[in-house]
Amino acid sequence: MNSMSSGWQARAIQIGFVAALFLLWDFAGERKLINAILLPAPRAVFWKFIALAQTSALYTHLLVTLMELVLGFLIAAAAGLSLGYFIGRSRYGTIVFEPLLAGVFAVPIVIFLPIFLLFFGIGPSSKIAFGATYAFFPIVLNTIGGISQVDDRYVRVARAMGADDVQMFRRVLLPAALPVIVTGLRIGCIIGFLSIIGSEMIAGIDGLGSQIVRLGEAMNTAEMFAYILFVIFFAILLNTGLSHLQARFAIPGDGR
Amino acid sequence: MSVTAQIGTGIAAQDAAITVENVSHSFVSRDGAIVQTLDNVSLDIRRGELLCLIGPSGCGKSTLLNIIGGLLQAGSGQVKVNGRPITGPSPRELSFVFQDNTLFPWNTILDNVKVALEFQGVPENERQGRAEEALEAVGLTEFRNHYPHQLSGGMKQRASLARALSLKTDIVLMDEPFAALDEQTRIYLGEELSILLAKSNKTIILVTHSLAEAVFLADRIVVMTARPASIKAIIDVKEDHPREPAFMASGRFADYRNELYGFLRAEIEKTVGGFVGSAAARDRTRRGISESAGDAP
Repeated sequence: MNSMSSGWQARAIQIGFVAALFLLWDFAGERKLINAILLPAPRAVFWKFIALAQTSALYTHLLVTLMELVLGFLIAAAAGLSLGYFIGRSRYGTIVFEPLLAGVFAVPIVIFLPIFLLFFGIGPSSKIAFGATYAFFPIVLNTIGGISQVDDRYVRVARAMGADDVQMFRRVLLPAALPVIVTGLRIGCIIGFLSIIGSEMIAGIDGLGSQIVRLGEAMNTAEMFAYILFVIFFAILLNTGLSHLQARFAIPGDGR
Repeated sequence: MSVTAQIGTGIAAQDAAITVENVSHSFVSRDGAIVQTLDNVSLDIRRGELLCLIGPSGCGKSTLLNIIGGLLQAGSGQVKVNGRPITGPSPRELSFVFQDNTLFPWNTILDNVKVALEFQGVPENERQGRAEEALEAVGLTEFRNHYPHQLSGGMKQRASLARALSLKTDIVLMDEPFAALDEQTRIYLGEELSILLAKSNKTIILVTHSLAEAVFLADRIVVMTARPASIKAIIDVKEDHPREPAFMASGRFADYRNELYGFLRAEIEKTVGGFVGSAAARDRTRRGISESAGDAP
């Protein structure tokens, strides 16, 4: 079997699996096997979704979450890329700081959420700070990894041909490290999104996460599921976009 | 036989493109021991000659090349290029061809050459023309938009050669440029190189571990001892360039190679150790050196 047909087969099984899940859900709803308040039928969720898409409430919450994600991600990227570059350039810096940062990242930083709320309040600021903190780690770690692991031969040959520091960065270090760095940005973005939604759900006023919790508490499960569906679509879109970005920065001939 | 084993070659200073004066080098190994790699090496490299450095593997010939190129600092002694002491990379005077995989995988072949010109400080409007000219010279014009991973090993080394030639330096330093290639490709590229260099009048230092390559390409072959490397002998190869493939089949070629191996053999034994005095080694010696010279074309 060649890889092309096995790829198709895998995709068909994936789609079939999701379809089967929906059918099972629909069947359970139709036969009233599960209370509609606990688990509304897919059709009800779908119509709620369509209705929701025509109101402004959805977009208001989306805009809040999106704004938090964009700002949090930008802060994380700016801090992670610059710190990662300076640490990765120095062998000693890498030896000292890489394990330290990896260690902190292994701690469930969510335990510090109350501190974020105390410092930044219950509004979007605490979500931005929390999301930025979480997204920072994969970005800084991958930047250190990417920069510190640039093949020495490329650096040597560039130096022999007279490259100055700026040329060394633009023409050698950056393109060599970019695939690893972009992977860090992708993971950072996804983890940032997760932690922003999560922190909204734990303590928040606006945003998709807060809205989902509020609807659940009000037993308005059909609308809650409509929001959940929306977050899922958004996450898929985000991941697809980031995958394309990652493919665009891959080094030709890598990973064949 | 044309052995000139004198160490200081005593040529007039203005004829020397490069002078190596009493260069020694050592480094501190992982377990803290000081390892001496070069022991008081002095050498004049004449303008326009192709000089081969040959010696047992790990003896320090690449170290010497890197010191000449300004990529490594000599422990003591100095290297002068065109009369001026070398303190760091000197991209306007010296270009390099390294062993393998030093083309940037994220650039096409053409961009690899152009970026080298950018590093050297060539104005932007000249880069395209000079890069294309260099690729033309090595016959890679139709592959200029390929990425390195799409080329064979031999083509990659030709591209590396084009990159070095595009810089138009008078001196080219080559560190085992064909070592990663199979033997047929190596011989073929050697012939091409001989033709290409015959018209260029460049000064070339070529580090190699191939006896055949050294004899086929070199004007002079410098035989280095086992670590710490010093100069054991210098062999003049009195053949005109470009050299024909027929030279490789000639008796003169075999004589040069055997002479070269004769100098090298004791040094290789020092490096490899172990087998000396064993039955296998004695047997090998009895059968004669020409057979065990190994890389005959």
